[in-house]
Amino acid sequence: MAKKNEGYLSAKESRRISRENRRITNAYEKQRKRKNVPESEYLTEMRDPNNAVEFDNLHTYFFTDAGTVKAVDGVSFDVPTGKTVGVVGESGCGKSVTSLSLMQLLQRPQGQIVEGEIRLNMGEKAYNVVKVPNEQMQNLRGNFISMIFQEPMTSLNPVFRIGDQVDEVIALHDREGLSKEAVRQRTIQLLEMVGIANSQGVARMFPHELSGGMRQRVMIAMALACSPRIIIADEPTTALDVTIQAQILDLLRNLKDKINSSIMLITHDLGVIAEMADYVVVMYAGRVVEKGTAQEIFANPCHPYTIGLMASKPVVGKKVDKLYSIPGKVPNPINMPNYCYFKDRCEMCVAGCEGEYPCEISLSPTHKVSCYRYYDKTDKGGDR
Amino acid sequence: MAKTEKKTGNLTIDNTFTPVTYDPQYILMVNKLKKYFPIKGGMVSQTVGYVRAVDGITFNLKRGTTMGLVGESGCGKTTAGRTILRLSGGKTGGQVLFNGQEVYDLSHKELRALRTKMQIIFQDPFSSLSPRLPVGEIIGEAVREHHLVPKEEFNDYIDQVMDNCGLQPFHKARYPHEFSGGQRQRICIARALALNPEFVVCDEPVSALDVSIQAQIINLLKELQEKYQLTYLFISHDLSVVEHISDTVGVMYLGNLVEYGATEDIFRNPLHPYTKALFSAIPIPDPTVKMDRIVLEGSIPSPANPPSGCKFHTRCANCMERCKVEAPEQKEIEPGHYVVCHLYDK
Repeated sequence: MAKKNEGYLSAKESRRISRENRRITNAYEKQRKRKNVPESEYLTEMRDPNNAVEFDNLHTYFFTDAGTVKAVDGVSFDVPTGKTVGVVGESGCGKSVTSLSLMQLLQRPQGQIVEGEIRLNMGEKAYNVVKVPNEQMQNLRGNFISMIFQEPMTSLNPVFRIGDQVDEVIALHDREGLSKEAVRQRTIQLLEMVGIANSQGVARMFPHELSGGMRQRVMIAMALACSPRIIIADEPTTALDVTIQAQILDLLRNLKDKINSSIMLITHDLGVIAEMADYVVVMYAGRVVEKGTAQEIFANPCHPYTIGLMASKPVVGKKVDKLYSIPGKVPNPINMPNYCYFKDRCEMCVAGCEGEYPCEISLSPTHKVSCYRYYDKTDKGGDR
Repeated sequence: MAKTEKKTGNLTIDNTFTPVTYDPQYILMVNKLKKYFPIKGGMVSQTVGYVRAVDGITFNLKRGTTMGLVGESGCGKTTAGRTILRLSGGKTGGQVLFNGQEVYDLSHKELRALRTKMQIIFQDPFSSLSPRLPVGEIIGEAVREHHLVPKEEFNDYIDQVMDNCGLQPFHKARYPHEFSGGQRQRICIARALALNPEFVVCDEPVSALDVSIQAQIINLLKELQEKYQLTYLFISHDLSVVEHISDTVGVMYLGNLVEYGATEDIFRNPLHPYTKALFSAIPIPDPTVKMDRIVLEGSIPSPANPPSGCKFHTRCANCMERCKVEAPEQKEIEPGHYVVCHLYDK
């Protein structure tokens, strides 16, 4: 029964790990809690001024007592201004951690960004979010980045009225010193904007009096309160019915154009991605395995994982006898293999797969894939 | 005409239905089944109203086939499934004939025997398994209780059931928390199938799982169906999954079955305005397809106070004056394709 002891840690070993972790995380925390940090420390340059956010080789680790979990392990992609980027992957692949890294809302002190840059375009200047200290981060959240959470049922406070909760966001980020009445007026405006008919009445209601779709609308209203440059929508429709999902997606699309911001849409539903996204990023076990425009990814999926993901979901109107299912399971995040993470589940392995993790191959200027199957194709000029 | 009228205060329940006679090709016959939940209120907890969770549904289910039940949340899909299995107390009205036997007429003892024939797989594999029992016990408890196999064969039997559902024999001594979501759902399936049922209600068995795991579980359910000639009632809000697995589909809205028929007929030619809107809302994983979507305004009305006439008239694009006062009857448009809508009156 050697199998049973796999992952077993002695108390001594566990203590050693936890001491070590504390040493590492304390150093990071000290860095972040400093007061009066000069702006020059976190000022940076965008690689492309048309991008709203650039993730560059982001590594987010969780230092747990059982070992270091590499939740995000070298993720790079861009979110262009005014576009929607869809991030797809199974649960536990690091989609949400990527977005939480941008918001600096990781569970501290275990969760830390250990390497890489997240560049946030703020108009005249650009910040490296990774180095922004806590006090400055308060100004970025809400004003420049905001987030719509997955579960509208649990992300509203049950003991406050809807109007008060939206008011709070506006008042907190308000720089003009609005009066109470003006704040409330703006709240009503926002609620109307997200399509709540009885906005005056709803503002006086408690969250439990609203349906799931209405609550999600309130969450969207809160996220849009300060016209952020980038909206992170973390599975905004997963908990909702198809008909309500259609309403919410319609709403998000229209509002994005109205306030000219970008959306980073995190979901595992490929249908939603196809409908909403301009660019698609496919993640697997903390890494980006494939990225490109929506047309490229859906017309010509290249990574075996993307192909498997698409084949495993039944599509209305396309009859198949047996669904494809990806064999095996996701590797243990504490103990990642040193070869391609997908190799053990892959049915299209080639000779090179034994080697180290494949680097990114460009199939077209926008379409990139991390797989050994395409290594030789790029040598011929990569004209695919 | 069997007519029973219950009277509670000023609340009357209309319980008129024509009894059906048993047809042996159907394993399950549901006729005007109703399940109301009382709303208690006032000083002495009187019944002040009813939540009409299931409000007269009628369908027949052939042996060895799968029927999908779709609809928005709160439309009564789950209650329908549970009421058919007699899992939520008494019914309010109608008939449920399982193999020609009225499920609600059985005595306690007879019902116990019938329980091995009809099973349920619950929605959430994280909360439907007892955290204090090892997996072998979870699966075997009911087998032992019903004396299905002799004592000496018990262990082999459980091993075989687990093997059928893709679990390893050494999993038997483990506890549910040691398993992933997909494996837990396999345990739930093994638990249901250990009793050799004929009919299984699958209440959203894949909605809590990841896409790639979903495919595994759906394939498993289909394999087992072929192997043991099972009949499924597959409750789900995921229309693409329902289309994949079902032979017939029923669409529910606010406690009513608004459309019912063979899967191809329903998906190729949806008739009821609600079905049309529901199907147009399915996101298609192809960015080149641009959909003309019928967006339903507002949300589902309260089942405690449903609209008069046709319950869908408040959100219907083709609403007529007649719809507001008169409730439509179920009509057969094509052979085996039923719809409840005034638009198709001749």
